[in-house]
Amino acid sequence: MAKFDETPIVKDPAHNGVLKAPKLREHASAEVRCWPGKAKDTLPIGLPAELVPDWQEKALQKFAELLEKNKALRVYLDICVRCGSCTDKCQFFLGTGDPQNFPVARAELLRKVYRRYFTPAGRAFPGLSDAADLDREMLEKWYIYFYQCSECRRCSVFCPYGIDTAEITMAAREIMASIGISTKYVTEVVAKVYETGNNLGIPKAAWIDNCEFLEEDVEEETGTFFRFPVDEYGADVLLVPPSADNFANVDTMIGYAKLFHFLGVSWTTSTYCNEGGNFGLFLNYFNLKKVNKRIIDAARMLGVKTIIWGECGHAWRGGVLTPTLNGPMDMFDPPYPYHISQYIVDMMNKGAFEDKIDKSANDERVVTYHDPCNPARGGQLIEEPRQIIRACCNHFIEMPADTIREKTYCCGGGGGLLTDEIMPIRMAGGKPRAMAVKHTHANYLATICAICKAQLPEAMRYWDVPVEVNGVINLLTDALMYEKTR
Amino acid sequence: MDLSTALWTLASLFIIGLAYFSAFAFIVGLIWKLVTYLRTPMPWPEATTPAPETDAGAIGRVAGDVLFFPNLFKSDKPLWAGAWIFHIALGAILFRHLRYFSYPVPQAVLYMEPVALILGYVFGIAALYLFWRRMALPRSLYISNLPDYFALALLGAIAGTGIMVSYWAHAYLVDVKDFMLGLLTLHPVAPPQHPLFLIHFLLVLTLMLYFPFSKLLHAGGVFLSPSRNQPYQVQKAGKRYVNPWDYPLR
Repeated sequence: MAKFDETPIVKDPAHNGVLKAPKLREHASAEVRCWPGKAKDTLPIGLPAELVPDWQEKALQKFAELLEKNKALRVYLDICVRCGSCTDKCQFFLGTGDPQNFPVARAELLRKVYRRYFTPAGRAFPGLSDAADLDREMLEKWYIYFYQCSECRRCSVFCPYGIDTAEITMAAREIMASIGISTKYVTEVVAKVYETGNNLGIPKAAWIDNCEFLEEDVEEETGTFFRFPVDEYGADVLLVPPSADNFANVDTMIGYAKLFHFLGVSWTTSTYCNEGGNFGLFLNYFNLKKVNKRIIDAARMLGVKTIIWGECGHAWRGGVLTPTLNGPMDMFDPPYPYHISQYIVDMMNKGAFEDKIDKSANDERVVTYHDPCNPARGGQLIEEPRQIIRACCNHFIEMPADTIREKTYCCGGGGGLLTDEIMPIRMAGGKPRAMAVKHTHANYLATICAICKAQLPEAMRYWDVPVEVNGVINLLTDALMYEKTR
Repeated sequence: MDLSTALWTLASLFIIGLAYFSAFAFIVGLIWKLVTYLRTPMPWPEATTPAPETDAGAIGRVAGDVLFFPNLFKSDKPLWAGAWIFHIALGAILFRHLRYFSYPVPQAVLYMEPVALILGYVFGIAALYLFWRRMALPRSLYISNLPDYFALALLGAIAGTGIMVSYWAHAYLVDVKDFMLGLLTLHPVAPPQHPLFLIHFLLVLTLMLYFPFSKLLHAGGVFLSPSRNQPYQVQKAGKRYVNPWDYPLR
């Protein structure tokens, strides 16, 4: 039995792997909230320790500032017509039935305040213009529902104007962060990055240790020595994986090592920045930029020729943002930014794997592919993982068309929601994905995101889908034929 | 001068004044909004995948959005049909209105005459459908508020009075046109003494006043949505979005 309150979760079955909109259950998830940030984490990352005394004034100041700085926010606050197209698209609504989890209802929480203080109609006739004061009650709603959004942008794909609720959620979180409202999980992770270089808080010595351990382990298993280099000055490639790859998703980490070994490319990880993931995206611009800068700094320190982003979803959104956030990347070899899946496909097109792939190695696996939100909706990365899987697997099956590619569902744990106190939300949000996977009867769920790889196994267990969740790269490297002598 | 003439003169002046005021608010409001939008930077890449990689592709994507509502089509076919018919009919009807304030009237407008009434009905029915939908579908009902009903009711009322004034209680076309051309050439003359026409006209003025301060702004905003109008060029030649307000990190 589940160890958490299951009342927010809708248990209706799916039809052919696709969920229909459930009956509305008002306030179904209104009680599920993240633990608030603590001073030990918020102070070091430049946020107030607690709600500041003049919070209302400060929040509106921040709001005004964001309106001045971000066209997307301004346009998206104005032009929504509440057509309702998005209302059955959010996995958190499909899983909870709480109408506040309609993307439009979520955005309206911010829009009501926007109208009240920043539009002539709302200032003059708040009652008639669907405007609302920014009071305690509203702030509470912001905290709950903007932390039940995973910034996955699925709603944007179905909006006639492409209104991106992620922009709205990010703005709301930025405003909240500025007045001392944040979650423990997100702030803790960001604080850990500044301390240790990665989200998990792995110290330098442990990272090196683990890489050595993996070298021995893999050699024992395969008889071939694959290197897991750390902090090697002058390597060609700096790999920025999600740090979870070195501890939880080791198959993916081994995949990187085998791939670079096979290609004969010198590579390294960095203990200054052994993390591609960037929880600044889920908090505020200042930390987004500061965390992301570590990647460029690490690459400069190690004198590498290029940076390759590992299998991590929102890290890739950070990757796409990198030239904008942290300056031109022209000291590196193009193309940049560069994702490991794109790199593999480029190598494949150059013929690097010609006659070196034994597809039968994956014959026990019936593979399906889960598009993580950020690559599939923010990073132009839809075909590449599929190309890799098709090249090395005989049994590849797609999930229903409305649940893949740019219409993919979030795993339920993205956007800073991968924390245990909101387990009901995570399991509810993971439901559409779980139902689609169940429909395929696949036994291997491949994906290129560390958050998905942490969230999906739990969601699959909860929804009773027997499937292994793992990376794309290790499908390839399991099928590669290595020269044993090297 | 008797009382009714005096009152009518006052009413005429009021209507003419309101017409200019509404037009002023409409134009200035829109320019103010447009300037605000254009002045506000889009500080980072925002294109939704799969995004076009060329500028021409991005223009094509926005043009497609404006003309065919593809995202709505993917999402909800009945809503798409209602909304698309509503907007196409509205566009055609607006075009046909050139008949009332252009001289000479473009040939294309005259060709439309046989279907004009049908367009009016189609528009009215589409507005009714969208209104019904808001109240009948629980999810739509939940998110619909006063401004949503108001905009539809206003447009529906404009359509209704418009149809009546053209095909039932005719307003005399020459009077209407004199009045409109007078307003446009800044030599206003008294409006036609036709209550239904005046109601139609006042409702249109209300719409113009309301437009720049409401969700009707989507008509312009659809061109300015960064997730749709940006090409994805980050990896091609390392395209940077230079962020004008960005600050250096210490």
